[in-house]
Amino acid sequence: MNDVTAGSILTTDGIPLKVSLQKSERRNKIRAFLLVLPLLVFILVTFLIPIGDMLFRSVDDSYINTVFPKTFEKYKKWDRQGLPSEELYKTMFFEVKEGSGFSIGKATTRMNYAKSGWKSLLKKSKRKFKKIEEGPYKEQMIAIDKRWGDIEYWKAIGVMVDPRTAGYYLNAVDLKYNVDKEVVRQKENRRIYNHTWFKTFKVSVLVMVFCLMLGYPIAYLLSTLPLKYSNLLMICVLLPFWTSLLVRTVAWMVMLQQKGVFNNLLVMAHIIADENRFKLMYNETATIIVMTQILLPFMVLPLYSVMKTISPNYMRAALNLGASPLHAFWKVYMPNSVPGISAGCMLVFILAIGYYITPELVGGKDGQMIGNWIAYHLKTTLNWGLCAALGAILLGVMTALYWVYNKLVGIENIKLG
Amino acid sequence: MALPAYTTTGQRIGWYSFLFYCGLVFFFLIAPIFIILPLSFSASPFFEFTREFMNLEPEAWSLRWYRQMVGISSIGDTTVVTDKWMLGTRNSFIIGIAATFLATALGTVAALGLSRPHMPFKGTIMAILISPMIVPLIITAAGMFFFYSKVGLTHSYLGLILAHTALGTPFVVITVTATLTGFDTNLIRASQSLGADTMRTFFKVIMPLILPGVISGGLFAFITSFDEVVVVMFVGSVEQITIPKQMWAGLRQETSPVILCMATCLVALSIALLTTVELLRRRSERLRGIKLRN
Repeated sequence: MNDVTAGSILTTDGIPLKVSLQKSERRNKIRAFLLVLPLLVFILVTFLIPIGDMLFRSVDDSYINTVFPKTFEKYKKWDRQGLPSEELYKTMFFEVKEGSGFSIGKATTRMNYAKSGWKSLLKKSKRKFKKIEEGPYKEQMIAIDKRWGDIEYWKAIGVMVDPRTAGYYLNAVDLKYNVDKEVVRQKENRRIYNHTWFKTFKVSVLVMVFCLMLGYPIAYLLSTLPLKYSNLLMICVLLPFWTSLLVRTVAWMVMLQQKGVFNNLLVMAHIIADENRFKLMYNETATIIVMTQILLPFMVLPLYSVMKTISPNYMRAALNLGASPLHAFWKVYMPNSVPGISAGCMLVFILAIGYYITPELVGGKDGQMIGNWIAYHLKTTLNWGLCAALGAILLGVMTALYWVYNKLVGIENIKLG
Repeated sequence: MALPAYTTTGQRIGWYSFLFYCGLVFFFLIAPIFIILPLSFSASPFFEFTREFMNLEPEAWSLRWYRQMVGISSIGDTTVVTDKWMLGTRNSFIIGIAATFLATALGTVAALGLSRPHMPFKGTIMAILISPMIVPLIITAAGMFFFYSKVGLTHSYLGLILAHTALGTPFVVITVTATLTGFDTNLIRASQSLGADTMRTFFKVIMPLILPGVISGGLFAFITSFDEVVVVMFVGSVEQITIPKQMWAGLRQETSPVILCMATCLVALSIALLTTVELLRRRSERLRGIKLRN
């Protein structure tokens, strides 16, 4: 410490106070960080890396390149005018003939996304190629199946040459590559995702609006009632929050089905005839009703914590100055509760767009959301690239909203009861 | 809340219709949960209130579904033992308790770090730690399914426990951080100046004060694991039945009223947990000298 000026304050060890303070603060920072580190690493390994790994699948197209490496290498030289040369046919022939049945089977599933027909073509060829001993291969291959002579099939390979693809993302919004790698719209009967995205947003917005309509009054009531009543009523809000999601879904099935409680009551009260029972189950209506009830506590709790801080004197002052109760509410109370409204709406919307269980159980065909398609591709069609692309888009939307929420409310202000 | 004497008739009508509306909303929140309780004692194999059941006829009420739930059921003269529900209960508790302990330990330590005034990048780190609560379960499940199968953690208890721990930690972090706001750091200095080392200070001074928050967080983590079905379906094996997984299977395939019995038990459990957490919250606020809610 030679450059210490004479005027600076020194600690007892002779180090300038500023340096010593910085040192101790840095030590404190490191100590605080070390406490957080185990959980951070844990979340990284068990949660974030798996999700990142999945998202990578949405652009990954490298598998097919490992099955037909030589063919793809030679393919790049083809001018895409007229059928490929004997050379390319020969390479393809040997890679199909000598490749393992398993990896070719897996690759053909991918090739079928580029052009349907590849799967059956390769399956047939794999069987028949065994009989062919020597060249020229081109004619023999076309003789086995004339699709080998169809330039469209060869062109379709071009879509898969690049080990990174945006194809799954295109699929997720009802677009696709044609054989010339141009972006075109999906066929009419295969356009399902834009509709589903729209529905997911529609349902989430409706659920958010209903939650606000139902949640605002009760949050207001809870924040104005004396403690002994409000604590009791608070239990009514918290109990659903603590009750298993599946239990609540079962309960709604009991309530809403054709011979369920709701319809029975209406029939008993002679409001509707026995044969005109409402169809409230297994459709979009059911999804909206059940999700509203399930997500309502997430609206009430942030609203309540904001309303708690609004002094009743504001309203009294407004009334005193001659405002009608409605006018006073609209001009004084409402603006004060806006932080609660935005927090609650944001939280409900974020949770709603990713819902899977409830739409799956009560939504029927009509009430399915994007989460259900992700699950469908994950376990039924095994089109994991598309599954990951849908997930990535959903996650992107959520992250944007989460970021806004963080700016708006501050993530550390989330409260649980 | 009594209305003041000067309110006009119009205001009275407005106030009472407001109360009526709130009553309906509370009914909407609570009624579905309690509607299943009586129905679980019905003898009918469908989810419906039969006329005989409503007229309290003894033969329409029965405990047969509860008997089936604990593994005893009779078809004709033979007694069939189906132990899926009990197996599920056992698995749910094993996974839930293990995940709770892990999540509580990791979450509490992290919350202690996050509450320090010198914590760098606090906002970002908090957002990362809370993310398992926000990311849709189906995306989490998909990610874990791919990654855990690569490292050989699928179809094992360890995989499920790690997955549920990740899902439960945000709750612990949130509740413990909340308990630590307003924590008097002079207590730590006092303890250290009296000669206690870090561990002793932690267990004798900090821990007793934040214990209510830690337990609440742990209970949140437990109920999260106990209620989780999507990750269990994708990461667990077919034989790894948990309660929610069995309920899911029941709802999709066989729709048996046993589900209602299990649901009743789960409602009882959630009431018990909720009561515990509420009592702890009040105790914690009293300990920290914060005024009770209101």
